[in-house]
Amino acid sequence: MQSTGQEKIWNILMAGVGGQGIILASDVLAAAALAAGFDAKKSEIHGMSQRGGSVTSHVRFGRTVHSPVIEEGCADVLLSLELMETLRWLPFTHAGTGLIVSTEKILPANVAEYPAGIEEEIRTLAPRARFLDPAALAEKIGDKKYVNVALCGVLADILELPETAWRRAIDAHVPGGTADANWRAFCIGRDLSSSCPGPGVSSR
Amino acid sequence: MKQRLMMSGNEAIALGAYEAGVAVGAGYPGTPSTEILESLTGYQGVYTEWSVNEKTALEVGLGTALAGARSLVTMKHVGLNVAADPLFTSVYTGVKGGLVVVNADDPDMHSSQNEQDNRHYARAAKLPMLEPADSEEARRFTSLAFDISERFDTPVILRSTTRISHSRSPVSPSGERRPRADTPRFERNLKKYVMIPAHARARHRAVEERLLALAEYAETFTENRIEPGRGGFGIITSGVAYEYVREVFPDAPILKLGLVWPLPGKLIVRFAAEHETLYVVEELDPFLETEIKAMGIKARGKDFLPRTGEFSPGLLRRAFQAEGKTDASAEGLRSSLRLPPRPPTLCPGCPHRTVFKILGRLGVTVSGDIGCYTLGVLPPFQAMDTCVEMGGSVGLAQGIEIAEGIDGAGETEGAGRTAAVIGDSTFAHSGLTGLVNAAYNGRRILIIVLDNSTTAMTGMQPNPFSGERIDGKPAPAVDYRTLAAAVGLADGDVAIVDAYKPKEVEEAIERFLSARRLSLLVVKGPCIIWKRKRERTTDKRG
Repeated sequence: MQSTGQEKIWNILMAGVGGQGIILASDVLAAAALAAGFDAKKSEIHGMSQRGGSVTSHVRFGRTVHSPVIEEGCADVLLSLELMETLRWLPFTHAGTGLIVSTEKILPANVAEYPAGIEEEIRTLAPRARFLDPAALAEKIGDKKYVNVALCGVLADILELPETAWRRAIDAHVPGGTADANWRAFCIGRDLSSSCPGPGVSSR
Repeated sequence: MKQRLMMSGNEAIALGAYEAGVAVGAGYPGTPSTEILESLTGYQGVYTEWSVNEKTALEVGLGTALAGARSLVTMKHVGLNVAADPLFTSVYTGVKGGLVVVNADDPDMHSSQNEQDNRHYARAAKLPMLEPADSEEARRFTSLAFDISERFDTPVILRSTTRISHSRSPVSPSGERRPRADTPRFERNLKKYVMIPAHARARHRAVEERLLALAEYAETFTENRIEPGRGGFGIITSGVAYEYVREVFPDAPILKLGLVWPLPGKLIVRFAAEHETLYVVEELDPFLETEIKAMGIKARGKDFLPRTGEFSPGLLRRAFQAEGKTDASAEGLRSSLRLPPRPPTLCPGCPHRTVFKILGRLGVTVSGDIGCYTLGVLPPFQAMDTCVEMGGSVGLAQGIEIAEGIDGAGETEGAGRTAAVIGDSTFAHSGLTGLVNAAYNGRRILIIVLDNSTTAMTGMQPNPFSGERIDGKPAPAVDYRTLAAAVGLADGDVAIVDAYKPKEVEEAIERFLSARRLSLLVVKGPCIIWKRKRERTTDKRG
């Protein structure tokens, strides 16, 4: 994964909890990369992990991608849909990784209390992490169903994929009749990025 | 530019089979193989079915092949254990139409009870095995597998792993479907298809000759390729491990094997001769390594690479760093905060939680089975004492009962309260034979079927108890009461209760346990995920 010059491979790790919709978000991203003319690979685990377990989806794109999984310390972006999961997958990031963190808190089964100090710990280790409140975002969009696509919009600002590629990817992956609503959500997410200080990303 | 689609390895296998003109697809759901048949069902002109288990699926596939049509049979690695009986002898009968068995291994056991390396089956059963490294290869190799099957008159195994099946990468469809040669028709060939010893002896010789011919074919098979490079060492690898090797060593010389059995001996010797040091990089067992060493070639692999779990670029980089062959791997950020683990759990609204609550409280010995409900072993329930294989709960409970001396040796305190807990799909798969065994041999266990109307663990597939086929068309549902009566259970030893009436469930469990007779309790409560999905589909249709 040590890449140079035009051979840059983008590594985007999405993390969360089974049932949060990581698969759709990562499908959209991978399809957008493909539509933009890149080679792309994506990997995640189904099965047992769907039952409320911790889940990740790896998306990689560039000129030629070999491994479907990202190497530890090599993620360009970590998009986390759940607060504590951000820390669980932090070993995949480095000092220059862009962190987009949803402040959603989901209690693991058989745990009485959400651990304290998570957000502070993320801020200390990754000072440029950007936190997003999913409820506020849902309110802005008008429907919480489209929040994950809005988060793709936040990603879009970092990844420099053409807008047409994103549009094609969204049209192809969201349920019939919701493409326009999803596109609006995507744009809200994207504009959120450019209007406030974004997470830093290692240069190409 | 060619059309490119993002496809999972599983979808690509289905596409490859479709393009190869497959007529029949059969299988039993099992992670990570399930989506192959679901995807194939979406194509026109292909008959697909969820068979009752993998053995039956392979028999359906072999019958199709003997009648002259192409068939694809899909299963996870442990499913091939179930199908091993027809597999070994299908190699003797050979095929007429192509027969491709897709076997999906699960290194790291993301959703499995063991980590067996099924490449051994290819060697043991003496048939060719192909192993793709990404989705495009999965498409192409499936099509090739059908050609090899017909050319060499043998079933062929296509081996996938979780990372191949569940990763997505670009696929370029051929845009064509191979036409069927002629109308399938079974033609009698007693010496080839009826494996009495006299016939089978001749067929075994044919199998050995075929293997030699296949090994010769492997030497020039285009998917066994040497990728030249530089550096003081060469690497032999296959499958997803190839992609990890390429990631870590972009310029190293590699012999990539697409056909992992039989091996191209001359090609391997030639490659090995070019390199001072030879590494073999493969997940799980030293399958290639052992064979290569047996050729008298010095090679390294499992002396510094693990035999358990999945590989990854990071794992290879660390291992080869210790060998002095790569730079240090990147350092990730680390937090010192201790996080609570987030394991999968029984869904909060699962109707079958009740049974585990009750069994936990009663303190009976519970032999469990394969499905979501295996999660009943975790807190807060911890109400499961064994889980081995599909249908195993019913047989294991019987052995426990026998050993505890209930049968004939009098009633010991606390012994004999043994319950088998099994899901509807698993019960159909291989619990039924256990039930017959229990009745036949006078056992006194309680068998509890947790019927949730679907095969939930693998993503909601219908089964013989749910009254529906793979394509959503109605099917007769097996009737529990009639079934129990046919086996020999008295009317009073069978009950069907509503999972949402915990009092009735508890009363039935206690009654059956104290009666100490062979009994069948069916607890019915549809899977909540399945129900939600159903309602959404109905809404859309309405």
